[in-house]
Amino acid sequence: MNIDWGALGSVLGVSVISTVGLVGLFTLGIAALSRQEAAEARGAAAPLARGGAYACFALCAAAVAYGIYLIAL
Amino acid sequence: MEHITLLVGVVIVTALVFDFTNGFHDTANAMATTISTGAMKPKIAVAMSAVLNLAGAFLSVQVAKTISGGIIDEKSGVRPEVIFAALIGAIVWNLVTWLAGLPSSSSHALFGGLIGATLVAVGLHGINGDAIMMKIVIPAVASPVVAGIASFLATRATYRIARDAGPKATSKGYRAGQVSSAALVSLAHGTSDAQKTMGVITLALVSAGLVAPHSDPPVWVILVAATAMGLGTYIGGWRIIRTMGKGITDIQPAQGFAAQTGAAATILASSHLGFALSTTHVVSGAVMGTGLGRRGAVVRWITASRMAASWIITLPAAGLVAGGATLLVDEGTWGLWVVTLLALAVCAGAYGAAQRRRIDHTNVNDVEYVENAVGAERAAADVPAGAERFDAFAPPLSTTIAAPASRAVQTPMQTQKETAL
Repeated sequence: MNIDWGALGSVLGVSVISTVGLVGLFTLGIAALSRQEAAEARGAAAPLARGGAYACFALCAAAVAYGIYLIAL
Repeated sequence: MEHITLLVGVVIVTALVFDFTNGFHDTANAMATTISTGAMKPKIAVAMSAVLNLAGAFLSVQVAKTISGGIIDEKSGVRPEVIFAALIGAIVWNLVTWLAGLPSSSSHALFGGLIGATLVAVGLHGINGDAIMMKIVIPAVASPVVAGIASFLATRATYRIARDAGPKATSKGYRAGQVSSAALVSLAHGTSDAQKTMGVITLALVSAGLVAPHSDPPVWVILVAATAMGLGTYIGGWRIIRTMGKGITDIQPAQGFAAQTGAAATILASSHLGFALSTTHVVSGAVMGTGLGRRGAVVRWITASRMAASWIITLPAAGLVAGGATLLVDEGTWGLWVVTLLALAVCAGAYGAAQRRRIDHTNVNDVEYVENAVGAERAAADVPAGAERFDAFAPPLSTTIAAPASRAVQTPMQTQKETAL
């Protein structure tokens, strides 16, 4: 019996990278949103922060859509 | 023919019962962290999970075609009797672990049942040892580790990145993140686990000659399997949700998000690369990982090791029950009825015992639990009430008297709320 270490390794790699990447991206979105809210509270606008936040969330939504695609496959 | 029809009917009903136990046993996988962090109200969370489980069951029938995944040699003599005995073993073990609040793998229970029943009915040559190693043992050891590492790192990352973020943005953001990642896990669970039941029913139909071999599950099979699992999910395995959401470690929203995302990513990555994982193992590993990832969080290793022990004995225990059931069923129709009655007795017993120490959506996040966790720093007064609470294997009778009283004091609200089913 031989254990397929390569496949195990790639499961580990893919899981870790995609989890940290996604969570990191989403948290960046949260941080940007927080900055935008802080700016709004001061009466200033922060279009860059707002745009950045939405870009992060959109990418995460795309990742979820890809996940659903993988499930349905 | 009449006998066969009766037997197949019994197998189908038993498979649906297993599917139902599978549903409520595994609600915790998708929803425990979402419920314990308060991202969703318990009832709404299980309802969402149920709907997504249902939807997931319709998404794909890939797994259903290879129910046993080559672990047992299906040609060597899988009769409806054997499937029936396997299901009984899996159901009994699912109920026992649910009563104890232990998140054990429903898939392992089913595999164990199949292996035990086949061993007794056919013998050692009916079983593929390599497949057991590759498809059960290795994933069971590797998956919690992988999910744990992923969640640990993700937890570190998210706390670091969001350290200056305001509370409004974080609470809104993490809630949305938790709901989406939990939804993904629910969907994946519906796809993989409901299909196992579809596969079992289809196998029974094939073995009785009612459906051509290698055919897709009939539509009505998909429908009833998806419904049984969705119903089970909606009922909610509150005992297991509590262990998973509060018992292992106290989860904050950011951790819930990191753990659930890690679980979803691990499940999808491995099923895409051909490893069949147990959702239970993945989520438990992820929860432990996130507990280690947050500074100041406490991971309760006693709970964790008890869980790990239950994982190890799940397969042999279900196999033992299934093997015994096979012996009886092989005696003829009376044996079938004896097994059915015994199984019903176990169901009734488990339900009765659960009623005595009721855990439902009203007390699933019970606070005394949390206080007990930091027991060392807390006043000693807390300990007598809470200490044995977590002892899942404690005989129900010894704790029944104390438990309702102390809980009523803690949450006076619950008496006014509707009692959940």
